[in-house]
Amino acid sequence: MSGPTTPFACRRHLGWCLLLLCALWSAAAHALSPEDAWMLAEGDTATRIEALNRLAVSDSPRAHELIRALAREAVQVQSQQVLIVDNGRWIDASTGAAVDGTGAVAVMLNNRLRNALELSLAVLDLFDPDPVRQQAAAQRLRESQLTRPDPVLAGQIERALSPPYGQRLAAPARQALEQAQAVVWLGSADAPQRVAAAQVLAELAQPLVRNRLAEQLERESDPAVQQALHAALASIDRTLALAEVVRQVFTGISLGSILLLVALGLAITYGLLGVINMAHGELIMIGAYATFMVHALFQQFLPGWFEWYLLAALPVAFMAAALVGALMEHGVIRWLYGRPLETLLATWGLSLILIQLVRSTFGAQNVAVVSPQWMSGGIEVMSGLTLPWNRIFIIAFAAAVVIGVALFISRTRMGLFVRGVTQNRPMAACMGVNTARVDTLAFAFGSGIAGLAGVAVSQIGNVAPDLGQQYIIDSFMVVVLGGVGQLAGTVYAAMGLGVVNKFIEGWAGAVLAKIAVLVLIILIIQKRPQGLFALKGRSA
Amino acid sequence: MQRRTTLKAISAAAAASSVGALGASAAIANPNAPIRIGVLHSLSGTMAISETVLKDTVLMAVDEINGRGGVLGRRLEAVVVDPASNWPLFAERARQLLTRDRVAAVFGCWTSVSRKAVLPVFEELNGLLYYPVQYEGEEMSPNVFYTGAAPNQQAIPAVEYLMSPDGGSVRRFALLGTDYVYPRTTNRILRAFLRTKGVGTADIMEEYTPFGHSDYQTIIARIRQFAGQGVKTAVVSTINGDSNVPFYRELGNQGLRATDVPVVAFSVGEEELRGVDTRPLVGHLAAWNYFMSLQNPANTEFIRKWTAFARARNIAGHRERPLTNDPMEATYIGINMWRQAVEQARSIEVDRVRVAMRGQTFQAPSGFQVRMDDRNHHLHKPVFIGEVRADGQFNVVWRTRTTVRAQPWSPFIEGNDRRPETPQRTR
Repeated sequence: MSGPTTPFACRRHLGWCLLLLCALWSAAAHALSPEDAWMLAEGDTATRIEALNRLAVSDSPRAHELIRALAREAVQVQSQQVLIVDNGRWIDASTGAAVDGTGAVAVMLNNRLRNALELSLAVLDLFDPDPVRQQAAAQRLRESQLTRPDPVLAGQIERALSPPYGQRLAAPARQALEQAQAVVWLGSADAPQRVAAAQVLAELAQPLVRNRLAEQLERESDPAVQQALHAALASIDRTLALAEVVRQVFTGISLGSILLLVALGLAITYGLLGVINMAHGELIMIGAYATFMVHALFQQFLPGWFEWYLLAALPVAFMAAALVGALMEHGVIRWLYGRPLETLLATWGLSLILIQLVRSTFGAQNVAVVSPQWMSGGIEVMSGLTLPWNRIFIIAFAAAVVIGVALFISRTRMGLFVRGVTQNRPMAACMGVNTARVDTLAFAFGSGIAGLAGVAVSQIGNVAPDLGQQYIIDSFMVVVLGGVGQLAGTVYAAMGLGVVNKFIEGWAGAVLAKIAVLVLIILIIQKRPQGLFALKGRSA
Repeated sequence: MQRRTTLKAISAAAAASSVGALGASAAIANPNAPIRIGVLHSLSGTMAISETVLKDTVLMAVDEINGRGGVLGRRLEAVVVDPASNWPLFAERARQLLTRDRVAAVFGCWTSVSRKAVLPVFEELNGLLYYPVQYEGEEMSPNVFYTGAAPNQQAIPAVEYLMSPDGGSVRRFALLGTDYVYPRTTNRILRAFLRTKGVGTADIMEEYTPFGHSDYQTIIARIRQFAGQGVKTAVVSTINGDSNVPFYRELGNQGLRATDVPVVAFSVGEEELRGVDTRPLVGHLAAWNYFMSLQNPANTEFIRKWTAFARARNIAGHRERPLTNDPMEATYIGINMWRQAVEQARSIEVDRVRVAMRGQTFQAPSGFQVRMDDRNHHLHKPVFIGEVRADGQFNVVWRTRTTVRAQPWSPFIEGNDRRPETPQRTR
């Protein structure tokens, strides 16, 4: 993470701010003059930052409230009056009186001001009773100290850490401040202090810290400190390398889980039933549009339950795609069994019909599917490594679908029939299995899985009528590579392709990665036409 | 070789004159027949997200012009074709518009690769193309009027802003783009520009993704790494089309905020952000020559017209939430300037309209009076830099005081100082 670069003047004030906050913790409230409020709200950025720093060190709760409101962009102005908006009501920033602010305009912020605001807020929040806020504030100060060490701020951080104020800090905030302190100790004249700093900073695996340590190592002459710096650098390098590997594996698995989801339906229809279904991508597209419809219905009729529309979308998408699949099988594919070339052409035609049908119904443009709140954002598992929630959920979802399909094929009566029919159709028929019905149901099941994939891809990509086109090649790639007729092979192939693709992408870029993966697959298919994990049997 | 060129020239001239003659005879035959204009925008595929509204903008302007009695007393008739984000298809459709439909002018193209694909067709058949999107420059065809920005009217000011104290004093740049001619050329210009500003090669990262790319995990992680070196870093994005939706989604999900690493985009406007939750994106930037949030009478009028048109035509998305953006404004300026030029020339003949276009002015929704340059076929336009707001609109944080003359031949590309200042045929 890169820290902010704010002018030195701001930093100097910040130091004073901490000092005053600590010294005058429970001082009497002072008023915020309308002129000061106006200076903070309007004018050029430099003057506003100056006003901000002045107001942050003031002990006026009104001023602090205004700063907080400004940070959440809830400040408006009308005719020399600064207003704070709260739940659609306005209060005057300097008096706190309720006023009518109809027609007031929002004040403008830019990134320079936002940075200054964040630092001011960090100072205000450092002794907040809420430990989460404390921690965020301490981390903000640490970041600022890492980007540009400032002696005045350092002195105040030291003061904040020492008794009696230090006791008010929760452990995580304390640790962050200690690390901030260590940045300054790194340059101290006292060798043991430099060693201690290196040890503290070794815990903070960030590229920025690594740079600071490396800089210090270059000018270090004391052997003991050199050793400590070497140890700290090695530890950080290990953590960073681990984070990099975890990240690459995660993104690889995440891409693999998408590939797996889109290919799994095909692994059933093509792998088990042997139907070359060129309309497979369109079944995914139908799943995505079903998600969009459910999303729109929830938005309109159940806004309170909007967060959970995805759960409702799953069965709807499955059934929609399965229904279309069953119709396709019953209407077209059934008449073409054993004629792969005709099947290929017919399903390709079907895919064009489906695309055009959706295009005429929903329009050619992308439709917007908004992800629920719990799918957005991410979790920071290591410093500098944030795993997005939507990817995590999709990986879990893919795993659940694979397990579901595996259980269906291996444990249910229907699955047994499917295996029986695909392995020896005449024999299964002799045993009394209605093979035609099994074909339809199995094809519908595979199509339904494609529909589920549509739910997943609607959360990460664009939903458009030709969405299926970008997945059809990937799906066939995965199924052919994994070995036709093999569910396990599909899983391995999807994960393998995902990880290899992401590995090459990290190293050679997205365009080359795509080409490299295609070349790789061609080579593998040349060498092993039956796929990586072919069924061992008389037919193979 | 000589003979072949001559042959080509003769056949081209013959084709052009025959088309001209046919057009003229059609006009003579029926002086009240509507004037046809072509609309060449992708209505499907990866670029549809951006281009569809431009088609509707042309239709809106056509309605408006017809409502005021048409051009030269004749009605306008728009011929809409869909080149489907498919570059060779652009050339095919352009040829069809010029030869079969005999349109007087064509309004179209978004990506530079599509413009490059149709350019030989327009030059061969002496057609007239109004191109409404910011682009990389390095082109000045007598058959094209460029109503979008050249690099010095968008990219260069944006990077200058980032390097200023208000923009965060950025000294390290990640140049991110879709893999085609516009991002590659723009980044070449930016690289040369940054070098003159003292930014070293180690402080520039360049990365490209294919059209329609939807997995930005790796790239955003790399940007994070690149930015984590203690030098203030910004991303300059020339990503085009619907890839922007997954890009900004991933940016929000990975928690890369504008105060840490601001992203300034050259092809993302109000329309592209429609499908994105913009709350985590507040503070990211875009550079354009128009924003919907601009407050002036011309813009109020433009938004009012668009809103009424979108409601009346039931345009998906826009009927509930009408949005305008920069290329829509440029399209609107283009068609109105064409109308003025035709009125002035008293003719729809390309050669006469081209002469009449020079020096045309128009009170643009940007609030400025924009002017077509006397020589270089580009507009004099104002430049704005806006920050994304939580509602998907932009706050203007920087603007030029006056309009800026376009430099299609960027001084930051070697050899451009020897280029002529007037349009020349490419071949």
